[in-house]
Amino acid sequence: MTRLAIILCVLVVGLFFGSLLIGPAEIGITDSLSALFVDDGGAMTLVMREIRLPRALLALMIGASLGLAGAAMQGYLRNPLAEPGLIGVSGSAAFGAVLAIHTGVAASFALALPFSALAGALCGVFLIMALAGSRGTSLTLILAGIAVSALAAALTSLVLNLSPNPFAASEIVFWMMGSLADRSMTHVWLAAPFMAVGFALLGGLGRGLDALTLGEDSAQAMGIGLTRLRLMLVLGTACVVGAGTAVAGAIGFVGLVVPHLLRPLVGAHPSRLLWASALGGAAMVLTADIAVRVVLPSRDLKLGVLTALVGAPLFLHLILKLRRERI
Amino acid sequence: MTLLSVKDLSVSLKGRDVLRDVTFDIGPGEFVGLIGPNGAGKTTLMRAALGLLPFTGTCSLAALSENARARQAAWMPQAREIAWPVTVETVVTLGRTPHLKSIQNPADHDRKAVDTALDRMELGGMRHRDATQLSGGEQARVLIARALAQETPLLLADEPIAGLDPAHQISTMQTFAALARSGKSSLVSLHDLGLAARHCTRLILLGGKGLVADGPPQDVLTSRRLADVFGVTAWFQETPSGMVFQLLDTLS
Repeated sequence: MTRLAIILCVLVVGLFFGSLLIGPAEIGITDSLSALFVDDGGAMTLVMREIRLPRALLALMIGASLGLAGAAMQGYLRNPLAEPGLIGVSGSAAFGAVLAIHTGVAASFALALPFSALAGALCGVFLIMALAGSRGTSLTLILAGIAVSALAAALTSLVLNLSPNPFAASEIVFWMMGSLADRSMTHVWLAAPFMAVGFALLGGLGRGLDALTLGEDSAQAMGIGLTRLRLMLVLGTACVVGAGTAVAGAIGFVGLVVPHLLRPLVGAHPSRLLWASALGGAAMVLTADIAVRVVLPSRDLKLGVLTALVGAPLFLHLILKLRRERI
Repeated sequence: MTLLSVKDLSVSLKGRDVLRDVTFDIGPGEFVGLIGPNGAGKTTLMRAALGLLPFTGTCSLAALSENARARQAAWMPQAREIAWPVTVETVVTLGRTPHLKSIQNPADHDRKAVDTALDRMELGGMRHRDATQLSGGEQARVLIARALAQETPLLLADEPIAGLDPAHQISTMQTFAALARSGKSSLVSLHDLGLAARHCTRLILLGGKGLVADGPPQDVLTSRRLADVFGVTAWFQETPSGMVFQLLDTLS
């Protein structure tokens, strides 16, 4: 158990530095690290502090968010196919962003787009809480999530449909693919407080999720307040996923694949899976973000495209493995 | 001192009366069998008593806070759900949830409670096996052990012996009887009237949306009530080796 924690931590730290050191501006390892820590007043410090550091930090934060929220969602719904996008927050955040691009608000000031996405996420959360109610089963939450996701997707399509020119449409499509390119420290500071709140909420779910292994009735009879647990789950997921989508667009498959991949390594304990998944998600997004820079540096390969490309076959492999075990 | 006090408990689901004015108390050292035909409201009564269902009337358990209730009564629902491939030991350790901040670091007395529960249900040899790979009857025993590990004065179980082999049905009933002798009480719903008559200290018979009879097995199980409530005939006799009860025929 502690071995897995050490391996994952080393992996994440290694990838974080890898992300800092790899880029089109070819700077040596010692040069780049010294430029990061000591302000040399030149281009190197600018590249390190304003381009690579925010990118690496966002990959770390968003990856951890998606992994943690995915593990929490799967634990709550007791379903390995659940993912953070299920409650419709990423969809509604994306819709908010798309609306900002379409109306031109996004161009009016630097953070207009992420703010608009956050507003969209907030609307999504209110809608889902109104639909699913404070009391209710996990099934009502899934249904409400599907309804909100479908509505957000339909509205996004509507905006694309009514898009005045192909440039706006392609900008919207590219944004929705998800990317960490050209983000600044402002984005980091915008997402950080939401993610901190989300991590605190989701991190406190372990005991309840463990008890839920035996079903909602048993968990409740073991002293777990399910109403409170569900509220913490929805708000926590909304904070981390809403903030992540707001600054980086939709990055799929991380919240689905990472918990699934790590579950056997933590003895299937939902509480242990929370932190393992957070670290695993960070490692996966950091790796993917390094890969987009290395594989096709000149073509601006989108991060969300790569995670889906890697995630989908990986997921298929897991399903096939599961099928072999069940026979 | 009573462990559970239910007074005038009524439950309506979707405007339909499921239970009307049920009143009973359970004191220490009782092994109460809850019997009645399908749909008589056995599960509803237990879930309402635990505060898992809205009801009218009063119930001492449902009035407690969530955590206080979890220390007073353990509950084994009929649905045998184990969602993740965790070990048998982990499932049983989950029973310590009300006593722990996190099940990741149980103290020595928590481990002892888990070991005792595993021994009681004869699961010692299976403790490291994946609980989802076990047979239905074995899973039921794991979940009974989980409820035992909660170490509450009162245990409520919904058809715990359904699907168990004969030897384990008997040993499980003997476990509940032994708990009663040590001063703890259980309320257990059952369909096997023979085992109920032989092992329970008291039976509560539900039928027609309410409580029909409440008392020692030989007083509750009369030919008349079996005919009225269950629509069956039976032969029973007090023998030197305890009460023997055999169902004979249906009345049609």
